[in-house]
Amino acid sequence: MSAYLQLDHIDKSFTRGGATSEVLRQVSLGIAKGEYVSIIGHSGCGKSTLLNIVAGLTPVSGGGVILEGREVNSPGPDRAVVFQNHSLLPWLSVYDNVRLAVDKVFSGLKSRAERHDWTLHNLDLVQMGHARDKRPSEISGGMKQRVGIARALAMQPKVLLLDEPFGALDALTRAHLQDSVMQIHANLGNTIIMITHDVDEAVLLSDRIVMMTNGPAAHIGEVLEVPLPRPRRRLELVTDPTYLKCREAVLKFLYERHRFVEAA
Amino acid sequence: MSVTALKGEAPPTPAKKSADIVQLAVPARPAKPSRLAGLARGVAVAVVPPAIVLALLLGLWELLCSSPGATLPPPSTIWSEARDLIVDPFFVNGPQDIGLGWRVLTSLQRVAIGFGLAAVVGVVLGVIVGQSVWAMRGLDPIFQVLRTVPPLAWLPIALAAFRDSSPSAVFVIFITAIWPIIINTAVGVRNIPQDYRNVAAVLRLNPLEFFLKIMLPAAAPYIFTGLRIGIGLSWLAIVAAEMLTGGVGIGFFIWDAWNSSRLSDIIVALVYIGVVGFVLDRIVAGIGAFITRGTAAA
Repeated sequence: MSAYLQLDHIDKSFTRGGATSEVLRQVSLGIAKGEYVSIIGHSGCGKSTLLNIVAGLTPVSGGGVILEGREVNSPGPDRAVVFQNHSLLPWLSVYDNVRLAVDKVFSGLKSRAERHDWTLHNLDLVQMGHARDKRPSEISGGMKQRVGIARALAMQPKVLLLDEPFGALDALTRAHLQDSVMQIHANLGNTIIMITHDVDEAVLLSDRIVMMTNGPAAHIGEVLEVPLPRPRRRLELVTDPTYLKCREAVLKFLYERHRFVEAA
Repeated sequence: MSVTALKGEAPPTPAKKSADIVQLAVPARPAKPSRLAGLARGVAVAVVPPAIVLALLLGLWELLCSSPGATLPPPSTIWSEARDLIVDPFFVNGPQDIGLGWRVLTSLQRVAIGFGLAAVVGVVLGVIVGQSVWAMRGLDPIFQVLRTVPPLAWLPIALAAFRDSSPSAVFVIFITAIWPIIINTAVGVRNIPQDYRNVAAVLRLNPLEFFLKIMLPAAAPYIFTGLRIGIGLSWLAIVAAEMLTGGVGIGFFIWDAWNSSRLSDIIVALVYIGVVGFVLDRIVAGIGAFITRGTAAA
């Protein structure tokens, strides 16, 4: 009840052409302020739907999302989303993409100069200050995702929602960005929900890992605490027994108890 | 390709046996004019083939129409009969005896008004149809029927409504150009990626901001396709409309020349119309390419 962000018995079903398919059933989860929570599960288990519900982009069929004691059911900058495919506007420069968000969120609160500085500050946070005049088509996939993160951070959201943010990146770039996100989380103390299907990523980044059962009517199968101290270093963790145990627990959940039935 | 290959090979040769062939100084020559030569080459490639084909066609035409029984004048006759029209587009010898440049400008003015209105109204209607499912269901069948009506079929109705030829001609332009603009804009708006809509939703952009900052840039390539088709159709329609409404434009000039059997003048006017139509198309395409330069590569 006292959680910062509370998902309260969320049901979601889609109706198409008379046929109703139940995607989520009775999903309840409390998230504390500053916590980093990953949601992991096989494709099609409804984890993206769950994130869209928190973002307000998809309406619930039952239950609700409560942020700081108030129900939220429409999208807003207090729950900024980093989309899987970056979703930068291709006709705007890197700077203007972030500035659009800054101008909208802080229109009455900051002066022009302050908004300019805040935009640059957020680009520097993700080490993209050097490319601010480039267009999205001129920078690499990892850089685009950095700008997407900068845009979300610039809104100073209460909750940062990451929808498989590193899914489309190569392994090295992904590791780089994971380190950046850990750094930002350590410095700013954001509350973060991340969707992922990468076990290592989930264990490395999260305080808690929420494991979803397979759909239809997916629900939370298990919640795993990751008691690793921060800051975490990728190389040291490789042999860390706690890390390995957490990793094993998630893998067992995903591949023993809830095998993805259609895959094979 | 061959020029650059030569350039690359040339310098090593004198470097090795420098003493023998100093006086030739071969590398100095291709180095400097290569850029100029490249430019000249580019121009030549673009200009020479159509010029040759044009000359051949004119020759063939001259040949075919030089016989005594020919119904159409050969190029040489056109040149001698309509020389004033060809050489000076902007002469004024009296109220009805003016250069073709002036007539084209009058027609262009009508096109500018009609097409400008069509662009504004077409984009607005296209956005409505693209955004709202109900507007599409209601309006789209009507648009699909109306757009097949030939431009000139609107003219009698326009004349009856406006009781004047000039606004009627403008109306014909408007009604001709608007359909491709509406339809393409609607398709463009319908194809705005859901991602951009999600971004707008998270930022809580209001409808006006969404229209200006997301919808217009995202749909711009489609809108400009519509505008380009529209300007082409307008130029087709104005000539036909002016033939019937009279006045000063290039269309009426052709009709007038036909009535007084000045075939040479008609042929000159046709060339004017073709060139202006081509230029109009290139202008709209150029503006489109300039404005949508970021959107194409997403």
